[in-house]
Amino acid sequence: MDTMAAIKQTFFQECEEQLAELEEGLLAIEREEGDLETINAVFRAVHSIKGGAGAFGLDDLVRFAHTFETTLDGMRSGKLEITPQIVKLMLRSADILSDLVRISRDGGEMDAGRVAQMTDELARTGGAGPVAPAAAAPQPPAFEPLAAGEAEPQVDEFGFAPVQISFDTLIADDEAAGIRQAVHIRFTPKPELYAKANDALRLLRELGRLGEMEVSCDASAVPLLGELDPEGAYLTWDITLTGDLDEKAVREVFEFVEFDCDLSIDTAVAGPVMDESDAAQTVQAILAQVAAEEAAGQERHAAPQAEAPAPVRAAPPAAQAASAAPQQAANSQAPQPGATIRVDLDRVDRLIDLVGELVINQSMLAQRVMEAGIARLSDVAVGLDDLEHLTREIQDSVMAIRAQPVRPIFQRMSRVVREVADMTGKSVRLVTEGENCEVDKTVIERLADPLTHMIRNAIDHGLEKPEDRLAAGKPEQGVVRMVAAHRSGRVVIEVSDDGAGINRSRVRQIAVDRGIVAEDAQLSDAEIDDLIFAPGFSTAAAISDVSGRGVGMDVVRRSIQALGGRITITSRPGLGTTFTLSLPLTLAVLDGMVVNVAGQTLVVPLSAIVETLQPKAQDVHGLGEKARVIGIRGAFIPLIDVGCVLGYRDEEADPLASVAMMVETENQSQCALLVDGIVGQQQVVIKSLETNYGHVFGVAGATILGDGRVAVILDVDAIVAGSRAEAARMDANRKRSAA
Amino acid sequence: MTHAREHDAAANNELIAFRLGSQEFCLDIMSVRDIRGWTPTTPLPHACEYVKGVINLRGAVLPVVDLAARLGFAPVEPSARHVIIITQVGNQTIGLLVDAVSDILTVSSGSIQATPDVASELARAFMKGVIAMEGRMLSLIALDSVLTQNQAGQGLPN
Amino acid sequence: MAKTILTVDDSRTIREMLKAALMDAGMEVVQAEDGVHGLEVLETCEPDVIITDINMPRMDGFGFIEAVRGSGRHRAIPILVLTTESVDDKKDRARRAGASGWIIKPFDPVKLVTAINRVAA
Repeated sequence: MDTMAAIKQTFFQECEEQLAELEEGLLAIEREEGDLETINAVFRAVHSIKGGAGAFGLDDLVRFAHTFETTLDGMRSGKLEITPQIVKLMLRSADILSDLVRISRDGGEMDAGRVAQMTDELARTGGAGPVAPAAAAPQPPAFEPLAAGEAEPQVDEFGFAPVQISFDTLIADDEAAGIRQAVHIRFTPKPELYAKANDALRLLRELGRLGEMEVSCDASAVPLLGELDPEGAYLTWDITLTGDLDEKAVREVFEFVEFDCDLSIDTAVAGPVMDESDAAQTVQAILAQVAAEEAAGQERHAAPQAEAPAPVRAAPPAAQAASAAPQQAANSQAPQPGATIRVDLDRVDRLIDLVGELVINQSMLAQRVMEAGIARLSDVAVGLDDLEHLTREIQDSVMAIRAQPVRPIFQRMSRVVREVADMTGKSVRLVTEGENCEVDKTVIERLADPLTHMIRNAIDHGLEKPEDRLAAGKPEQGVVRMVAAHRSGRVVIEVSDDGAGINRSRVRQIAVDRGIVAEDAQLSDAEIDDLIFAPGFSTAAAISDVSGRGVGMDVVRRSIQALGGRITITSRPGLGTTFTLSLPLTLAVLDGMVVNVAGQTLVVPLSAIVETLQPKAQDVHGLGEKARVIGIRGAFIPLIDVGCVLGYRDEEADPLASVAMMVETENQSQCALLVDGIVGQQQVVIKSLETNYGHVFGVAGATILGDGRVAVILDVDAIVAGSRAEAARMDANRKRSAA
Repeated sequence: MTHAREHDAAANNELIAFRLGSQEFCLDIMSVRDIRGWTPTTPLPHACEYVKGVINLRGAVLPVVDLAARLGFAPVEPSARHVIIITQVGNQTIGLLVDAVSDILTVSSGSIQATPDVASELARAFMKGVIAMEGRMLSLIALDSVLTQNQAGQGLPN
Repeated sequence: MAKTILTVDDSRTIREMLKAALMDAGMEVVQAEDGVHGLEVLETCEPDVIITDINMPRMDGFGFIEAVRGSGRHRAIPILVLTTESVDDKKDRARRAGASGWIIKPFDPVKLVTAINRVAA
């Protein structure tokens, strides 16, 4: 049971991969970049899903996959012309297939009407319908020509005269499926039977299990030794089987070989029948014969190895073509995928941990060597330098194990584009670049929601309606571009549209109406554009079902920041809008600012820090009992003493002897965190505190510094929120004591 | 696992004995991963008094518990002579700060007696029983409760 | 002695299902992901029976069977093809390529073992 559950999980994983491949292939076909192998791959993807689904009895999935597959087969065989309409239909079918897979996995109701309608549409392409594949088969279903075809060269060469099979008896199969007392079988294997690694002896043994068996062998066709072909077949077996016999079971024994032998199964004879004309051979003699034939068989197997040119059977031309085609396809497929193995993620993470430790150990060792006064150019120091390079390389390689291309997530977006385009009645083309760009697996997983929202936003708000585009002299079809690239140790993803750009006066007005900015605020264009990330901002005057899911761009920004990333927007009126995401390559590593607070070393995520500055006396102001603010460019920003918030000290530090780090929090408010001093910037490996301890307020995690000591990583949002809560508590206390 | 051994009275238990002040304690050796000298810890914000902070053990970050403080004795002022016993319970790895490790003992489960009820409630909560040995008395620490029994919602969640 | 079966299928799901059923029957299983891979695996082992899918990338089942039958060393190994019942011409083509027999998908573990025993006693 457990095994089946595990296999089922494998099945669904595999479905995801197949669905991605399906979509990728269809999109390539849509771009007219597909070749025969693309169509084959697309067909295989659906075929595979169907195969697995059948094994798990997922009937709805099997049915739809079958219809879909049949249409794709029509495409493959050239019966169905590939038009943009057909490809669109295929893409929509892929979406339905994907939904069916999801529902099979997670449960839920499928919109049966949608499936039925799509099935219908597929059927109407002419390629589909359960009857079609049989009709499409080039081979007539008749058996005779096949049998004749099988009996080719050797037969003529060696004068082998096949006895005609009585097809009447074979076809009369159904009515004969009863219990008989005795069955007489005459079985003459052809060379083909052996060529297919089948064996008469084994079949006789299997027959023997069905009832009492008497066998006689007609060896009259065996030629003289000199003429004997080791690959030939010369014996005929007469078998009488007695007992409670199911004729179907008897026929099943010969199921695999019925075209590679002459076979008659006579059920009409009641009672055992001995062949009187031939000298009746004893069973012992028969078995000796069987053994002899088996020995001949072994010789046959050995023969090709002894003789240099192995006797290759002339393959039928059709089969030759079949084998040639895939090889050709393999050659035309440009990059062969490298061999892969699947590894448990825990093992990779353990390796990453160990390598992180190695890096620290190496730097500690280097420090000790320096302290010991060993010369920089000594062998020891040079050896240590090499070790450092090696260690860094190992670290990079290990990190790369977790990296995956962004391709699957980009592919998911093409579906989003189709759906939103349908819903909004806009015509949209998605252009993607840099799908092979690699990012940490976890980063990729968490990118889906923000990207979906950005794409929706770009189509819904960014692109104009077709008529407006035409009026503006633009092509009717809008373009959404999604580009990924590596830039200075980070991955940058741009989502841009060629729409109208941000309507700044409207954005500004909304922000004023919602109380996000003051009526008389002086805002640059960039600052206005940035307003759409403000919490509570939603540009749609009437919230559409597309973007208006109660999620705004503020949530997008927050989830990107949670990944240690940043999101910015640029817009040009009439030309379009671009969102730029900048993300760390991995979540296991963080760019941090190492700081000192109350004798402790802390790490502040660099992504949160806007700027650092040395507070001047005239800029720091007391506000109320305990609170202090700092004036920066005319704005007053709360000052938070990190040491106090973390409970490292009770008395607040002197701001003039400290450093203020301007940070941006999830709700866009700015705060200044007061620390004693800055040590420097450093990339640190993030360690979990939760594994062995638990969550700690104000702490996002821990890391191990070069000296082997643990340093905690600050959770900036929590620190800011915590200091607000503290202020509120003090207010409440004050009010209580005043009352 | 620990429980299975506990109930088997004939089975021999290997225990690691250590000192806290003038008293002796012991732990099932199966839950001990390592014994190291004291290294300075990194204090955690708002941690309980008995959590000394965290240390780096081969790349993993784990907390160090001042066992004396946890049992209600005076907190230890750690020095280079002190010892951290690295223990594992379930998925958690935790260091216990003790004065010194004294011995490794083999005792039968039958020789473990119930904790006399003269001990403080706090101490009894963390003890599985006591063992008499050559005129000494050792208290057997119930590791899982040391690690999981929280005080005022702070401490070591499972 | 336990039979060794080489399964050639691009679907992980089917490979795993075959493996579970075959191992239940006390057989040993070697796996390959497509025809090319199957031929590579055959360089290193001598299975008693090969079970192969038809639709596979790089080299399909037909090509694979012909390659095995055309080889010196492995031509005598029985080969069963995995096929769906609805397509009779697949069976014919596989047979002409040199398959010893076939297994209908979705397969029944008992029939799977019967088919194996039929081609390799």
